[in-house]
Amino acid sequence: MDSNETSMGVANLDAFADTLIELAANDHDILVTASDSRGSGRVTPFAEKYPDQFIEIGIAEQNLVGVSAGLASMGKKVFVVSPACFLTARALEQIKNDVAYSDHPVKVIGISAGVSYGVLGTTHHSLHDLAALQAINNIDIVVPADNFETGQAIRAAVVHPRPIYIRLGKKAMPILHDPTTHFEIGKAIQLTPVREEYDVALIATGETVAPAFFASQLLAEQGLASCVLSVHSLRPFDEQVVEQAATHSKSIVTVEEHSVNGGLGSRVASFLMQAGVFRPLRIVGIPDEHTVTGSQDEIFNHYGISAQGLAQTALQLLKKETV
Amino acid sequence: MALLNFITHRNKYSNSEMMTHYPNTTDHYRALQAKSLLYRKTLLKLIYSAKAGHTGGSLSCVDLLNVLYNHVMDITPQNFTQMNRDHYIHSKGHAVEALYAVLADKGFFPWEALETVGKYGSNFVGHPTRDIPGIEQNTGALGHGLAFAVGMALAAKKDGLTNRIFTIMGDGELVEGSIWEASASAAHYKLDNLVAIVDRNTLQISGQTEDVMAMEPLEDKFKAFGYAVCHVDGNDIAALVDLFDQLPFEKGKPNLVLAHTTKGKGISFIEDKAPWHHKVPSETEFEIALRELGLAENDLEVVDGLE
Repeated sequence: MDSNETSMGVANLDAFADTLIELAANDHDILVTASDSRGSGRVTPFAEKYPDQFIEIGIAEQNLVGVSAGLASMGKKVFVVSPACFLTARALEQIKNDVAYSDHPVKVIGISAGVSYGVLGTTHHSLHDLAALQAINNIDIVVPADNFETGQAIRAAVVHPRPIYIRLGKKAMPILHDPTTHFEIGKAIQLTPVREEYDVALIATGETVAPAFFASQLLAEQGLASCVLSVHSLRPFDEQVVEQAATHSKSIVTVEEHSVNGGLGSRVASFLMQAGVFRPLRIVGIPDEHTVTGSQDEIFNHYGISAQGLAQTALQLLKKETV
Repeated sequence: MALLNFITHRNKYSNSEMMTHYPNTTDHYRALQAKSLLYRKTLLKLIYSAKAGHTGGSLSCVDLLNVLYNHVMDITPQNFTQMNRDHYIHSKGHAVEALYAVLADKGFFPWEALETVGKYGSNFVGHPTRDIPGIEQNTGALGHGLAFAVGMALAAKKDGLTNRIFTIMGDGELVEGSIWEASASAAHYKLDNLVAIVDRNTLQISGQTEDVMAMEPLEDKFKAFGYAVCHVDGNDIAALVDLFDQLPFEKGKPNLVLAHTTKGKGISFIEDKAPWHHKVPSETEFEIALRELGLAENDLEVVDGLE
């Protein structure tokens, strides 16, 4: 897929809300619970269309998750829609105990995740959620890259037998996948053609898959071959595809809209080290510092989470390897 | 280790069905009182054997659990997979030994299973988990049970079910903000199928609840949050039977019971002593406690003319 051919979709949040409206028409056990977050979660149309399937809890995230777990225990398919920053921090103990430990298949939807809220600042950013949830047993973690992955993840979540966290952003995303692409929770998707050897594996998740994909096009202009992976599932983590990509690549750049500690990069690095696959590697994400003020795009650019920035990181890494 | 044989202490009331078949209310109360003694013996044995557990709080809420499981609630091993039965959430999860005793008696698992409580590799953890038949939610972190029960009650209302959702909270637990978040939603959604019970034993691990963090007047607070509030002596079987027979207290309002109890109830030297929150009895203390409960059983049987 060429960047010139890439068309824009809607925000993954809108793709989520549209999919849910479609699914709820024939499944009255689908419920949405919210914490005064119906507007930000784009579920106001859902609430208007299915008032009996929408439950407002008010600004009380702990109660939101606790009540949702209780609903799920009575057979409801509950989508908890609340800003990722509050949901996975304020209500972390409820996610850990009421949902994950107690094994209720609640669908925890972290909206406007990462630095989606941009200038609203650190209170509204969620850069810890993937680290925190990866350290909690029995909750799957999915970070869709585009509208296709989002729609597929929501459809899969309805029947998913375990607790699941789905992390969504609010910016319109380019369409990265053909609608016939195979999507399965726990299986990474390769966006670039399969080759025998790559100069760099660009391993990304969520809204950073797009800049990783565009970086691969910049690198191609310089005659460098990339393997771009969308690791939409942090748990289950697709060890097989990541190992294969790493084995066939000279270097690895991981990228995520998350702290560089405890997210995708840490997961990839620890896995590859233990698998005995040693490659020069850079983890691109939000560093351990007071996050710069700016829009999501400005923050991304500042930390090199852009096509240019990622291509630059890859080039530096390759040069280093050849020195 | 004969003292630790859980089977030897089954009494004639063990594993009985809902005890509503007693024609005479006095006999019914006596039968329930005998069960409370059996449960007290069992939970003390569990704690003594595991060398860990929550003695005071288990003893204070065991009469409540007894009346709920043997008189009020429709929960049996046979109907447990159904939705339209009553449901129970043990919000004060640390008092799990009392719940284990009651569930064994209800036939959810064999008494022998209790021998593994707190032992390496056992499913019987020191707090409730759904790995144990009869337990519906993993609890132990305080302030979680009520919100979960609100969710269950809301689902039951949505599905037009006629069941009730019960939960027992500790009084120290009431300082958790999540209790008040859940209370607001219980009243907002008019959950008169929700029965929230406070085990008001006035003690917590550091001392008097009012000294740790003053929360009185509790009745006013709960009423202001929209509950129908009732007081009861939470260690008085007859009073509990009488109160719960009146559910729901008020149409359209969630029910809240302030159950005034004695922490450590039933064992003279454990009653109303904060350090017994999670103290494990020594061998001597354990034997004295069992003797006290044995005497109480004898008294009951003499009065009852059973033997």
